[in-house]
Amino acid sequence: MKILVCISHVPDTTSKINFSEGDTKFDTNGVQFVINPNDEFGLTRAMWFKEKQGAHVTVVNVGGPETEPTLRKALAIGADAAIRVNTAASDGFSVAKQLANVVKDGAYDLVIAGRESIDYNGGMVPGMIAGLTNANFVNNCIGLEVDGTSAKAVREIDGGKETVSTALPLVIGGQKGLVEESDLRIPNMRGIMMARQKPLTVVDPIDASAETTSVKFEKPAPKGAVKLVSADHLDELVNLLHNEAKVI
Amino acid sequence: MSVLVYTESEQGTFKKAALEVASYAKAVANQLGTTVTAITINVDNASELGNYGVDKVLNVSNAQLQTFNANGYAEAIKQAAEKEAAKVVVVSSSANSKYLAPLLAVGLNAGYASNVIEAPASTSPFTVKRTAFTNKAFEMTQINTDVKVIGVSNNSFGLVENNSNASTEDFSPSISESGIKVESVDKATDKVTIADADIVVSAGRGLKGPENWGMIEELADVLGAATACSKPVSDLGWRPHSEHVGQTGKPVASNLYIAIGISGAIQHLAGINASKVKVVINTDPEAPFFKAADYGVVGDAFEVVPQLIEKLKAFKAQQ
Repeated sequence: MKILVCISHVPDTTSKINFSEGDTKFDTNGVQFVINPNDEFGLTRAMWFKEKQGAHVTVVNVGGPETEPTLRKALAIGADAAIRVNTAASDGFSVAKQLANVVKDGAYDLVIAGRESIDYNGGMVPGMIAGLTNANFVNNCIGLEVDGTSAKAVREIDGGKETVSTALPLVIGGQKGLVEESDLRIPNMRGIMMARQKPLTVVDPIDASAETTSVKFEKPAPKGAVKLVSADHLDELVNLLHNEAKVI
Repeated sequence: MSVLVYTESEQGTFKKAALEVASYAKAVANQLGTTVTAITINVDNASELGNYGVDKVLNVSNAQLQTFNANGYAEAIKQAAEKEAAKVVVVSSSANSKYLAPLLAVGLNAGYASNVIEAPASTSPFTVKRTAFTNKAFEMTQINTDVKVIGVSNNSFGLVENNSNASTEDFSPSISESGIKVESVDKATDKVTIADADIVVSAGRGLKGPENWGMIEELADVLGAATACSKPVSDLGWRPHSEHVGQTGKPVASNLYIAIGISGAIQHLAGINASKVKVVINTDPEAPFFKAADYGVVGDAFEVVPQLIEKLKAFKAQQ
């Protein structure tokens, strides 16, 4: 089985979010970048398929050379090969077109991408890859087994979950639950050394126009101070929620 | 040329989000000077949509779409959009709508903006405001394609009544066989879901153990709220994963979010920040959550929550 894991290069959760150039660009100054958490759950599940079922795992990212350390980290965790599509990731649709092209070229059986990235939160890349490659698609995937060309997946739905059967080729929009947080791997020294020897192929982008453009960013208005209510006067809290906040 | 809206239903009844996206579609239609067409799938009575500005309903009755499948639903909506020559298609942010929207966008070759929170800032160029960086920023996004798909964030636009005479016609799209077969569904039908709830009551490790959740459920019952929990609580197995809210869990965008015994780690706040009013109950006055909250009670949950339940019961009895 050939697996492609899509890796988004995102600012760490604790990063300060600031914008530059008149609030039109994300300010990467002093920002630590990591593998998108939803992608990392998928990558770790892919490692399970590699170790238990002999799958070959390639990781891919659309971005400039500055994203290579993130791909190297994925190789250090255990992926076999990496591909970087050499163009700036401008919008979800154009990224999906680039990735769909990689999927077709490499004839991957299973594509795992996070349900959304924690920066732009578009939540569209996995579904669009499936649409563009005519593959089956399971979003919000919290469990995945593959046997030959058939697959069983668990999808989180509003208020519960559903179990589905499907077939390869398959695209997954993954999240926590594919593996648990405690299963995530920190690259060890051996992994980091081996990652240097593994192939990281840079490919040219295809011509794919951006269907949406980020024009401006703004930050939420600073929050007013919390209104504290004494634990002995909870009537006051009920009163505030009813008369001031009007939420009950 | 009308604006098309997919109004989602469950067991033949519209979800609140369906009425919200219909309200949104009406606002877009007013800006564009056109009408609103809704597509419904296996709904018995669509007349409610006429209260929210829908002019025409395309009603699909199709046994293949009896259970949700993203491809089939996306095909139906795509064909409706083509029939109506719709330039704007509006969907909600439910798990199912977020599942089908990217497939729909590919089918229509449409730019798709998700998590949109306001009516378009302008329609030429077509620009919408959406949340990004997990609620730490807003992004103005311009959609460049001829046809646009908009995913409206739940609870952001609200319900806006607009009386119209919605005419209904049957619509029979051709649906291909689904490559995905639902084997089983595991869903609590008697509880409000986090996605649909106006109020969410959430608790963390401060509760000390799963045996103490009785009062959380009682508080949720009194308020008609959904229950949720922090990540450590689901990791410890005290509560099911489906209740985990936060960056890697479910997003929350309720009107009222009550956090009990949750310190407020940045990953947790990221997932719940879209909620309008936040109340924190915590013994530790230094808990970071107080900085993100609107109202706070410094106190022991085991004393505060039972009292709050009594006060709320008295309040509800008065109403």
